[in-house]
Amino acid sequence: MKFEGTDSYVATRDLTLAVNAAVALQRPLLIKGEPGTGKTLLAEEVARALNMPLFQWHVKSTTKAQQGLYEYDAVSRLRDSQLGDPRVEDISHYIVHGVLWQAFECDQPSVVLIDEIDKADIEFPNDLLRELDRMEFHCYELHRTIKAKHRPLIIITSNNEKELPDAFLRRCFFHYIKFPDRETMQRIVGVHFPVLKHELLKEALEVFFDLREIPGLKKKPSTSELIDWLKLLLAEDIPPEALRAKDAKDAIPPLHGALLKNEQDVHLFERLAFMSRRKP
Amino acid sequence: MLVDFFLHLKSRQLPVSTKELLALLEALEARLVSGSLDDFYLLSRTLLIKDEALYDRFDRAFGEYFKGIEALPGFDAMVPEEWLELAARRHLSEADRARLQKLGYEKVLEQLKERLAEQKERHAGGSKWIGTAGTSPFGHGGYNPEGVRIGGDSVGNRTAIKVWDQREFRNLDDSVDLGVRNIKVALRRLRRFARKGAATELDLDGTIAGTARNGGWLDLHLRPERHNAIKVLLFLDVGGSMDDHIQACEELFSAARAEFKHLEHFYFHNCVYEGVWKDNRRRHSEKLSTWDVIHTYGPDYKLIFVGDASMSPYEVARPGGSVEHWNEEAGAVWLQRLVDAWPRAAWLNPLAEAYWGYTPSIGMIRQVIGNDRMFPLTLDGLERAMRSLSK
Repeated sequence: MKFEGTDSYVATRDLTLAVNAAVALQRPLLIKGEPGTGKTLLAEEVARALNMPLFQWHVKSTTKAQQGLYEYDAVSRLRDSQLGDPRVEDISHYIVHGVLWQAFECDQPSVVLIDEIDKADIEFPNDLLRELDRMEFHCYELHRTIKAKHRPLIIITSNNEKELPDAFLRRCFFHYIKFPDRETMQRIVGVHFPVLKHELLKEALEVFFDLREIPGLKKKPSTSELIDWLKLLLAEDIPPEALRAKDAKDAIPPLHGALLKNEQDVHLFERLAFMSRRKP
Repeated sequence: MLVDFFLHLKSRQLPVSTKELLALLEALEARLVSGSLDDFYLLSRTLLIKDEALYDRFDRAFGEYFKGIEALPGFDAMVPEEWLELAARRHLSEADRARLQKLGYEKVLEQLKERLAEQKERHAGGSKWIGTAGTSPFGHGGYNPEGVRIGGDSVGNRTAIKVWDQREFRNLDDSVDLGVRNIKVALRRLRRFARKGAATELDLDGTIAGTARNGGWLDLHLRPERHNAIKVLLFLDVGGSMDDHIQACEELFSAARAEFKHLEHFYFHNCVYEGVWKDNRRRHSEKLSTWDVIHTYGPDYKLIFVGDASMSPYEVARPGGSVEHWNEEAGAVWLQRLVDAWPRAAWLNPLAEAYWGYTPSIGMIRQVIGNDRMFPLTLDGLERAMRSLSK
C-alpha cells in the first residue's frame, strides 16, 4: 500500500515519502504550505489512491474538539421531552457522531482530513492529543469507550495562523509543501489539461513565473490560480501569441484577474506594465 | 543508532525529542526508505522537524553531519547501465546527441562512468558537484552549472548539489522574511476574545440550566458573540531616517489594520512631542494635541511605537531639541507620559538588533520605555513583542 500520486495529483518525492511514512507508522501527518498548493486536495487524493473512505472535518474558529468526537443534541431532546416523544427515554438517540467517531467505527482503514486546524481555538489541538495518540475516546453519556477498529490515516492541514503546541507536534509527522518548480508545475498542468497546446502552456508558465517574481506583490499567484487562469484561457480560446506580446501595446496578460486577487496588486502590476510600455 | 546524529541536531538547537528519534528508528526498521541518503534526508526531516522555519537550520545541521558521506554505509554505489543511459539522454541537447552518435554510445557511457567513479574518489572529502569545465564529449553544457541531479531513485550515488545544500528554505527562517501575511499571523497572537455587544447567540448551556430550573419549561438564554477585544494605539515614525524602512512599515500597517478592529494610528517624527497627526499630508495644519490623545483612549489600549529611534540625543533629552519645531518639553518627558498612560507598550525598531548599540538615542529611548520593550521589526521580534504585550 504505497501512495505515489494519482492521475490527477502530482506528488513530489518528498511528499510521497511523508505520506507513506505516515501510513506505515500510523501517525498523523501535518501539512503546511502556501495557500493553493493542494494541501486539502492531498487527503482526497490519498483516499482515492489507497481506496479508502475519506472523512472530512473542516475546522472553523468556533469548532471545538468535542464536535469531532460526538455531540449531545440537548436541544432535540429538550424539544422531544416537551412534545412527549417516547424516543426521549434513550439518550443514544441524541448522540450525534462526529467525524472521528465515524472513522473509528469504520470497518476498513480510512482517511481523516482535519482541515485548517489553525483556525480553531488555541486549545483545540491539545484537546485531541489522546484521541490522536491512542485512537480512542470515552463517551460519558453512553458510558463506553470508542476505540478505532483500524487506525485511520489522519491528515491535518494548517495555514500557520497559530502556532501549534509542542506536545501536539511531537505526535505528528510534518511536511511543508513548497511551491512547485517549473518542471513540477508543467507536470501539474499536464495532469489538469492533457490536451493543452504546448505553446500556450509554455507562454502561460512564462507569464506566471514572471508574475511571481514581481517584488512587492501582496499575494503571489499560486498553483490553483494558475489552473483557473488556464481554464479561462482555454474557454476564451486565447491564442498563445496574445501572451507573448510582452513588449507590444498590451503588456498585461489577458484575464489577469484570475491570477491577481488583490486590488493593490493589480494596480501595481498595471503601473509596471505601463512603465515598460513607455520604454522604446 | 543514530544517537550521534540526534545529539548533533540537538546541539544545533533543533527542538527534537526522544519520541521523534524512536519514530525515525521505527521508520528505518519498517524499511520505508532504501539506502539513499537523499531519502533518509527527506524521511528524517518529515519525522523530526515540525516547523518549516526550522528547515533551513536542519539543512545546515544535516549537511554538517553527513558531509562527505555519499550513501548510507553498506550500500555500495553501483551505477546501473540503463539508468546512466536515461540520465544521459535526458540531459543532453540535440547537438550533443549528434556528436554522441559519432563517438558511439558505448564509449561515451564508458567515459561517463569513469568520470563518475573518479569524481567520487577525488571528492570523497565532501565536495558536492561534478566539474562544469572539461572537454568531455558532452560539451561545455554536458552538465549545467548547478549540477545535474544524477541521483536517481534507484541508487545512492549522488554527484549533484545535495538537496539540503541548496538550502531552499532559507527564506522561511523566521529571522528574515516579513510579508503582510506573516505579519498578520504574528499580530494574531495578540488576540483576546471577549463577549461584548448585542446578545445574538443562543447560549445552549444557559438555556438548559435555565429550563431545568424552570421545571422543564423552555427558558431561552442568549449571549453576545465573541470578538477580538484587543485595542491598539499605533504610533508611527515618518520621514527622515525612516524612509529606508517604508516597505516594512507599510506592510506592518496594512496587516495591523486588517487584524485589529480597534486600531488608532498616529504619526510622529523621530520622537513624540506635544503634537501628533493622523494624516501625514496635513501634518502641519491638523495636529492633535498629545494630551488629548492621552485623555481619549483608556488604559486598556496597548501602545505600539514603530520607529528606528535614531536621532540626535538632544531630540530626546532637551527642550527645544526637535528638528522641526520648538518643543517646550523634552521628548523623553512625553514618551514617559505615554508609557505611563498605557503601561502595556512595545517599540518595534526596523533597524537590526545588532546595530542598536551604536546609536545613543536608541539606548536613551530604551531607558524611558524599559529595556526589554524594544523589539526588532522581524517576525521573531514581532512575536516577542506580541507576547510581551499580552502578558
